[in-house]
Order: sequence, then C-alpha cells, then structure tokens
Amino acid sequence: MADSGTPVSGPVQGVHVSVPHDSAERHVSGSALYIDDLPEPAGMLHVHLAPSPHAHARIARMDLSAVRAAPGVVAVLSAEDVPGENDVSPVIHDDRLFADGEVYCVGQSLFAVAAETLREARAAAALAVIDYEALPAALTIAQARAADLTLEPCQYMRRGDAEAAIAAAPRRLSGRLAIGGQDHFYLEGQAALVAPMEGGDVHVWSSTQHPSEVQHLIARVLDVPHTAVTVELRRMGGGFGGKETQPALFAAAAALVAVKTGRAAKCRPDRDEDMIMTGKRHDFEADYMVGFDDDGRIAGVRFDLASRCGATTDLSLAINDRAMFHADNAYFLPTVEIASHRFRTHTVSNTAFRGFGGPQGMVAIERVMDEIAQATGLDPLEVRRRNLYGGEGRDLTPYFQTVEDNAAPQIIDELAASCAYAERQAEIDAFNRQSPYLKRGLALTPVKFGISFTTTHLNQAGALIHLYADGSIMLNHGGTEMGQGLNTKVRQVVSEAFQVQIERVKVTSTVTDKVPNTSATAASSGSDLNGMAALDAADKIKARLIAFAAKRWACAPEDVAFTPEGLKAGDQVIPFAKLCREAHLGRVSLSAAGFYATPKIAYDRANHRGRPFYYFAYGAAASEVVIDTLTGEMKVLRADILHDVGRSLNPAIDLGQIEGGFIQGMGWLTTEELVFDDLGRLRTHAPSTYKIPTCSDRPPVMNIHIWQAGCNIEPTIHRSKAVGEPPLMLAISVFSAIGRAISAVADHRFAPELDAPATPERILMAVQALKARAARETADA
Amino acid sequence: MNGVIRYWMDGEIRQVVGADPTTTLLEHLRGDLRRTGTKEGCAEGDCGACTVVVGELDGDAVAWRAVNACILFLPMIDGRALITVESLTQGGLHPVQQAMVDCHGSQCGFCTPGIVMSLYGRAIGAKGAAGPVGETLAGNLCRCTGYGPIIEADRRIAAEAAPQPVEALRTLRRETPLDLAFDDVLFGVQRRWIAPRTLDELADAALTHPEATFVAGATDIGLWVTKLRRALGVLISLSDVAELRAIGPTAQGLRIGGGARYVDALAHLADLSPDLGEMMRRLGSTQVRNSGTVGGNIANGSPIGDMPPPLIALGATLVLRRGGETRQMPLEDFFLAYGQQDRRPGEFVEAVIVPPPAPDAVIQVFKLSKRFDQDISAVCAAFHLTVRDGVVIGARIAFGGMAATPKRAHACEAALIGQPWTQASVEAGAAALASDFTPLSDMRASAAYRLLAAQNLLRKAHAESAGSGAPTRVLAYDHG
Repeated sequence: MADSGTPVSGPVQGVHVSVPHDSAERHVSGSALYIDDLPEPAGMLHVHLAPSPHAHARIARMDLSAVRAAPGVVAVLSAEDVPGENDVSPVIHDDRLFADGEVYCVGQSLFAVAAETLREARAAAALAVIDYEALPAALTIAQARAADLTLEPCQYMRRGDAEAAIAAAPRRLSGRLAIGGQDHFYLEGQAALVAPMEGGDVHVWSSTQHPSEVQHLIARVLDVPHTAVTVELRRMGGGFGGKETQPALFAAAAALVAVKTGRAAKCRPDRDEDMIMTGKRHDFEADYMVGFDDDGRIAGVRFDLASRCGATTDLSLAINDRAMFHADNAYFLPTVEIASHRFRTHTVSNTAFRGFGGPQGMVAIERVMDEIAQATGLDPLEVRRRNLYGGEGRDLTPYFQTVEDNAAPQIIDELAASCAYAERQAEIDAFNRQSPYLKRGLALTPVKFGISFTTTHLNQAGALIHLYADGSIMLNHGGTEMGQGLNTKVRQVVSEAFQVQIERVKVTSTVTDKVPNTSATAASSGSDLNGMAALDAADKIKARLIAFAAKRWACAPEDVAFTPEGLKAGDQVIPFAKLCREAHLGRVSLSAAGFYATPKIAYDRANHRGRPFYYFAYGAAASEVVIDTLTGEMKVLRADILHDVGRSLNPAIDLGQIEGGFIQGMGWLTTEELVFDDLGRLRTHAPSTYKIPTCSDRPPVMNIHIWQAGCNIEPTIHRSKAVGEPPLMLAISVFSAIGRAISAVADHRFAPELDAPATPERILMAVQALKARAARETADA
Repeated sequence: MNGVIRYWMDGEIRQVVGADPTTTLLEHLRGDLRRTGTKEGCAEGDCGACTVVVGELDGDAVAWRAVNACILFLPMIDGRALITVESLTQGGLHPVQQAMVDCHGSQCGFCTPGIVMSLYGRAIGAKGAAGPVGETLAGNLCRCTGYGPIIEADRRIAAEAAPQPVEALRTLRRETPLDLAFDDVLFGVQRRWIAPRTLDELADAALTHPEATFVAGATDIGLWVTKLRRALGVLISLSDVAELRAIGPTAQGLRIGGGARYVDALAHLADLSPDLGEMMRRLGSTQVRNSGTVGGNIANGSPIGDMPPPLIALGATLVLRRGGETRQMPLEDFFLAYGQQDRRPGEFVEAVIVPPPAPDAVIQVFKLSKRFDQDISAVCAAFHLTVRDGVVIGARIAFGGMAATPKRAHACEAALIGQPWTQASVEAGAAALASDFTPLSDMRASAAYRLLAAQNLLRKAHAESAGSGAPTRVLAYDHG
C-alpha cells in the first residue's frame, strides 16, 4: 500500500494538491485501528460507569457491597478511591470523576465497576443500593433564569449607544428565537484503553482531541507528575468538539482501575451511555431588538443571548464568548450591545461543538436580516448586502477588531451570479403563487468566522521530525487526526519542505511524550498551528543539511537547494536517502522539534475588546428548499456554496470539510432534535431517535466551489485558511430558506415564528400560525 | 452437529461451538475472531458501521444481502456465507475500496467499512441494493463527508459477478434443526436456540415451547439484548423455515409468509399500491429490510410499526397457526391493546393475506417522520377510498402513531362513506379524526402535531385524488 512508508518515484505531492487522506486505504480496508480495535492486553478489565438517574439530588446513602460481590467484578471505585483530585474538568475544577455526595445531572458518573466482561460489569452496577434525596432541578434556560443560576455574571460586549440608536431609528423590530443543541454523533464513541506500566505509570490510548489534557487530568486524579502518564492516539472516528474535554472522564476511570488493579482496563460506553453522559452543543435563546431605516440599513442592534450550559463550567465561558463574537457575522453594526447569559442547569454539561457558539450567534443575526427584509419588503439578500462590512468607517467589529480581510461582498456577488439568485427568486415567487400545498424558499447567507482560540495562550503548537539514515521521515505533531485530514496536510507541508515524495513522510500517533503541552485540536486551528510548527522543525533540519552539504560538496550555502530530484549542491544532485546517510556519517543531528505561536493576537476579556482573531474565514451559501404546508415536511433541493480557504493546502480535503460541515449544520437546523423530558432525561440518545442526515438528505443539486481568489493576507502556512468549523454555518442558508418558504403562505407579509431545529412539526406549526394571522388580518380588513 | 454453528467465510467453513446464541455476529467478529474492520457505531441497526454481506442458498444460486451484524444473532448465519470488509482485500484493494479512496470518500473512516460493504453489495447485485444510491445507503450514517464523495464513488463502481459458494453451502445443509443450549450463569437463565426447517417443525417447536420468543430478522429482538440487556430464554428462529418466506398469489389475495422479509415483499406490495412501495422504501434501511419481516412488524404489536396501517387499510387477513390448526382474522382485530395481541401461547403468524383492491380504489400511504429515511413514523396513515359518481362508497382508513395500537379511523370512515367526495366532507372527516384518536406526545412529535398532521393527511388525500394536480409531495417534487 502507498502509505507503507516505502518511497516511490513520481512527482512530489506537496501543498496545494489533492492528496488522498493519509489513512484512506486503511479506512476502506478496515485496517485503520481505533481504540476498540487495538489488541487487548491479557487480563484486561472492562469498566462500566454507573450513571445518575436523577437530575439533582443528594446521595443519602450509597451501598456498593452487592456490586462488589457480583460475579466477575474485580474492582468498584467511587469518589473515596481517588488518590488525587476527584475532578476531570478542563478549567474550573467542577466536573467530578465520581459523584461526591450530590448528583447534578442525569448521566453523571457515580462509580466505576471493573469486571472480567462488560456484561458482568453492567449487571453488577445494577445491584447498587443508592438512596437519593431529591433537590430542586433547573432543566431549561427558563428555569435557570427564574432561579438565577449562572456560571458567571452576564457578559456585555458594547460599541456605541445601541439603545439610543435603536430608539432614534426610523424603524424598529424585536423578536425571540430558540436554537436547539446538537449531539456530535461521532461514529466512533468515546473510548479509552489503559495499560499499567512500571512504577505506577500508565500508558493511555484515548479517543481524544486533547491528549495533553487527558494526560494532565489523569495525573491530577492519580496524584502523579505528568511524566507518569503517556497518552496516545492514532486517530479518532470523528470528534467535532465532542472529544475535546469529554474523553477525560472515561480515560481517568480506566486509568484509576489500571492503577488500582494492576491490570489493563478499557472504558468504552455504548452509544446510549455516550449520548446521555457527554455534553452537546449549547442550546440558546436569542432576543433581539434592531433599529433600521427604510432601506434596511441597521442603525443599532441589541442581542440578549442566553444559553443552557449544563451542570458544570466545562468550556461554556469561551463558547458563549464566541457566540458574542459572531453575533455580527459579516455585518457592520454601527452601534451594538450583546448581553450573554450563561445559565447553569441540571443537565449534562454542554461542550465544544464545531463552531463553538459561533453558529448560534450567527443564526441570531441572520434572523434579524430576514426580519428586516420582511419588514421593509426588500429582498433578504439586498438587506444583507447593504449591511456588510466595507466602505468608509464600516470595518470595526463589536469587539473593536478591525476587519482587514473582508471577502464577504465579493464572495456574495460571485455566488449570487453563479447560482442565478435573482432569476430563481422570481421563478420561485411565481411557483409559490400558484402552488397551494408546496412552497419553495431560497436564501443566500454569508459566513465570516474568526480564526484563533480566543483564549490566547492556546494558540501554540509543537512538532517533531526525525530524518532516519535511510531517508525516511518520521513526522509527529501535537494535533490529532479525527478525519479532517490534518495529518495529510501536515505531511504535505513536510513533503513540500524537503521536496520529497509524500510517501517518504510517515505521520505517527499523537503522543504526549513526543510533543508536550499541546492545545486541543480545535478552533479549526489544526493545520494553521501544527503545519507551521512542522515547517519550523523542517526548516531547522534543512538549515543543518544545507550547512553540511555546502561543506561536504564544496559549494556556497546559497547554491544548495532541495529539489524533487534530490539535494542540489552546486553542480551535484544528491538523492535524499544518500543525503541523510552522509549527514548521519557527518554527525549532523537529523531530528528537530518545531514550535509556533500565532502572532498579533491579544484580547482583554474583562472588557471584551481586542484582537482575538488572527484572521477571518469567509464563505456563502445559497440554499433552496421546498416545504409541505400540510405536513411540515421539508426537502433541501439545491445548495450552492462558495467558500474561502485562502490558498488551499489540499482542495479535496477542503471540499470534504465544506460539504461535511454544511450537511452537519443542515442536520443541526433541521432533523436533529434533542428532547429532554421533565425529569431531565434525554429521550433521544441513539440514532433510532436522534436523526442526523442520511445520504438522501443531501441536496440532489450541490455546487461547491473553493473561492479561487482566496489568499490569506496573513502569512499562515502557505497562505491557507482554516476550514474545520466555518462551513457548518453555511447551512444557516437552509434555515433562512425554510423561513422564506413558510412566509410564502402569507405572501411574505409576516415573519414566521420558527425555532431551530426546523422539524416538520415546527414548520407545520409556523405555517399554521401564519395562515391564522393572515386570516385574522383579512377578517379585520 | 446440531449444536454447532457453521458458516462459510473467505473460502472456508467455520465452526462455532458453545456460543451464547444471543451473541451478535458483530461480537463474534470483533471479539472471537478479532476481525475489527467491522465497527460498532450504535448496536441497534441504525448506523450501518457494522454492515456485512450474508449469502444464502436460493435454489441453485447464492442470494446476498447487506445486513447489520450488530443485531444479528450469531446462529442466524448458520448454513450461510459471510463476507466482511476484510474479505475484500485480497492482495490489494477491491475496486469498491479503490473508488472510495479515489473519490475521497472517507474522512474519519469509522463508517467507511460499512459503506464499503453496502456499496459492495450493490456491485454484486445483492438484494434491495438496486435503487438510487441514497436508498442503498440510507442505513449507513456518515457524520463527516456529507455523502457527496461517496455518491461519486458509487458512480464509478462497476457491477461484478457475485461469489457463488453454492457447493460449500450445500454441505452445510442440516438433516435436523440447529438446536443450541446455553447456560447463562450470570442471569441464571437456560437459553435455547431452535431453528426449525419446516413449517411443521416450527409448529411443533412452538407447541413444545409455548413460552418461547420467535425471532425472525432480529431487527427488534436484537435490541432487546443489545439495548434492554434482557436475558432471553427459549428462542425459536424463523430464519430457516423456507416455506414461511413464500410470497405469492392465492384466491384470497397476495399471501405473504410470516417469515417473508421486507425486501422480498416490497415489489409485490408496490404492485398493489405504489404508495405502499414508496413507504416501504423508507421503512428501516436496506440492511433492516434485508433482515426484518412483514410478519414480525405485525406480530410485535408495536403502535408505531409501519406495515399494519396500510395492510389494515387494504383489508388484510392475518393467518395464525398453532400446532396443526390455523385461524384467520382481520388484521385490525389482532391488536387488542398496547403490547397485547390476540395470539395464544404456541401460536405464530403464518401469513398475512392482502386482497386485491378494486380497480377504481385509491390507496394513499403517508409516513411522517423527522427524517425521510430510516426513521420511525410520528404518524403513518393509509387511506383506501373508493369513490363512484363523486360519492365515497368505501373507506378504510388506518393510522399508526396515533393510538396504543395501529388502528382504524372508524369515525372518520363513517363521516365519509355515503358522502360526496368534497372539501366539506373532508372537513367532517377531519373533525371525526379527533374523536377517533387521542394521540400522545413523545420525542417524535407532540399530540397536537399528530392530530393536525393526521387531519391534514386526509386533506392531502383529497387534494391528490380530487384536486388540481398541484404538487403535494416534497419527495416527489423535482424542479429540474
């Protein structure tokens, strides 16, 4: 196979080329190993975490003696068995590994059972005798608001006097929108395998986007130094943010079992346990008030964003910050106030999910655009265009970062032309006038997404490159591969740097003893950070090789160059393998660690001002839908996408991210509905009840293009742009198009009241409401 | 050999001795054989990461079908042939695998082996895999790609001859039924798996073990084990009773054997009602329809099974057998209450008989769900109306998801019969639906939506049969 590391002849496949995924051949042959596929060490125990059945209760008594006595059980561990800190939280120390006296959500881990088989572990856990005393539970945003349960005081982002501007504006409107959460539904669930090593050390294989955090948290749980814990990960079967903080619970439980029993331990919840026990995308309620003129131009906006954060802090503060950062999307807001409430509820702690709060903020401002269009009778795209950043004095964000790379106007113009927006709107209007049951809608929405971790110190990365004496190259970096093609892109960067065939470069598992103190692979930053770190490592080795070659082959360093044929040193061409061998004999170090820290960024969180983002990624999508006004059923008929990835490192991988992000966003806003009952139990905890898009949900017509003019104005890795998260928000065009189709039932005279996700039920009820309103107006008139 | 499971894989006969009969095929592959290419994504037959292709003798050929290994009990591959993703890579990638690589069809790769197997099934002409690729792959969830590259890969895959290990499978034929016993020490249950080969053997076994659970495709009972973690006792498998899978015309109408799989019944029922065929294409997925049975969907008595409403509307008769006796009843009478059916101990569904509708009858079937494919209905509605000279002379209307059982809408029918087929009559019928049904709210839909949608489906039925020809269905809508 081509990824066996055997150099082959052929062109260098460096950057800007559609190299197949690093693991593609292993994926399709079933030989790519995920955690549960690894050979199981002899005597390995299976770990089951017993979940809380209650949303909020005091544990009056927990008698686990029957659990301990059950067949096959080797260890039962609860809070009192934790040698270090009973905590697996990323920031605030408020996520218990095991419940300690109180449970704060359904699904919270109570204790761990380790048994010879998973079946025995589960059966034993059911024998626990636990007495609970119920405590009042706040399950929804409304209940938390009423009880004033928050993670931190309401945060404000302000520029100018929005209230005064709205009051003085010729027109005003206000409204509210509820936006549902989303389960990650990574196909590979959470999983960890831990082998006990000598001296109390553990080697951990964890399906995680953040090996360093898993390492640090296990060390804290076990009360050992970081050096005692090594975390390794070859690949995840999907992450999407759901494996940024969530894997620590399962890995720490398995590590504790391994240390306590001296036997290897695996903790792999099944799909239902995974969905019940792990956090999801935050659901939001967004209230808005906007002042604007008859031309649809905004004078001022106030947003009141409220999110359900769940029982603990997790990453909710940064997630809600990002919702605020994206409540402008691509629009200049002359005056703006964004209030952000972070509500604590007795539900599973919500967490990172592709977009990290940004999508929710963006949905809110796009709803405002649609409502202004409704109110003014203007075409929604015209309203959007008039409010874009650009023009004299219209480049400052609500957080005082200047937009320097504004690509939205040009992308929108190109897309509107290529998708025949105006002609199709006219045709759709004509159709809707004569179609009593089905209504169609078309919407074109932009995306502007800020790239960088807004917690500035996270914007750093390391890499490690070894050149072996046979000319093969081992590449390791701190990023993790979850399907996004990070390893492939970084491999391309190194292949380009040394001008070698990509097969010569082998990417190995991410492991904390090769590159330490890494950040999560998140915030779309994987290639930006790790690509640059790998390039730094490659450049260090190249500099040594150039100096060596100049001496060895007697030429000036300026006359040494890496070429696809080999190293050119003066008149000579030295094949790469020979170069490595000669350099080794010449006692040149062929190994280097690289490092990168994103420049220019700084953010004052206390005042919500600064430059949190190195640059912005842009895109736009035009989606057309048809709805059934009798049943609420909806089909996306067509989507046209133009997306900015700068100069693409790998067009095929970028297109895959764009399409996959769009479809995932479409699922979030349409079929994917999380339903909790009034006891705080998730009722949609498996694919039988939680419906992500299937193959035929993909629009039958999809035109996806990378914006050819794209080029990062900042010196990122080969002038590319991050692509992981931004495309998800292209799907807001679907939600807008549905609203447009609904409003067609009353000739676009009223704005539809439609919350997300737009399930058939919500669509039908919104249709009913508009029909009723239209009938009332007719009766009144 | 009665206690030994034997199957063909990669050119060899394999044997399994002493297995718990409710071990899933997936557990066997991943655990016993360490063939970890086949993945567990959900353990309930909804994601397809565990898709494998199973072949069984059908006359002189092997008929293949893609199925979910996660809810298929291991004894169900006895006497059959099995192809897993590992089977395909013989000295290089199979063309299906190569196409997936060439089209960038994998990202995280976890769903990929299952998708490869579904596409492989399609390439070799496996059952139920000939429709649009979206239909073939409805049971294969991918969270990364958005499916476009996979659809492109499918376009590049050429058909190829299916493997035909006919002789090998003939050697696996049994003289007596597979009969497995297992002592489930953990739960203190004596488990038994009996797989009769003839209808008479089945009737005998059912009489001998009146407490037994019948297993047809295990698309429901598989979840009793993988999700509810129930320790089952005696199981009688219907999979090996060829007579029970028979489908064909009789004087009474189309007779569908109690063990006939959806995939085999679909075309016959689509002949009676194209709408019913369209609904069945959305029922479950290719893998589920390749395992599950029409009889099982009836016998389990679920209020949200999709087959009973249209079959009731069509006037189907249920044939039950106990020992040597059979009895027949109108299908709707079988459903007594939630979780309760008119089936005596030792009795099983031998067949369902669907009479041919009148030539001028109009049959409309609707399935409302959050997602079109492979989603349990919030409301399933079937209208069977005969209108002559503008007057409704016959109406059989049945709903699923609206009550504790699949149920006829008698009040609605009464409101329509004898009335002109007009908007006014439809409104009277819609109003009557509110007395027919008091639906519940659950995670699929609210009671309010269910009732309104049910009423609107009657309005839609009218609009379609008596209306202007304006488009009414989003799935059929094609704007070119």
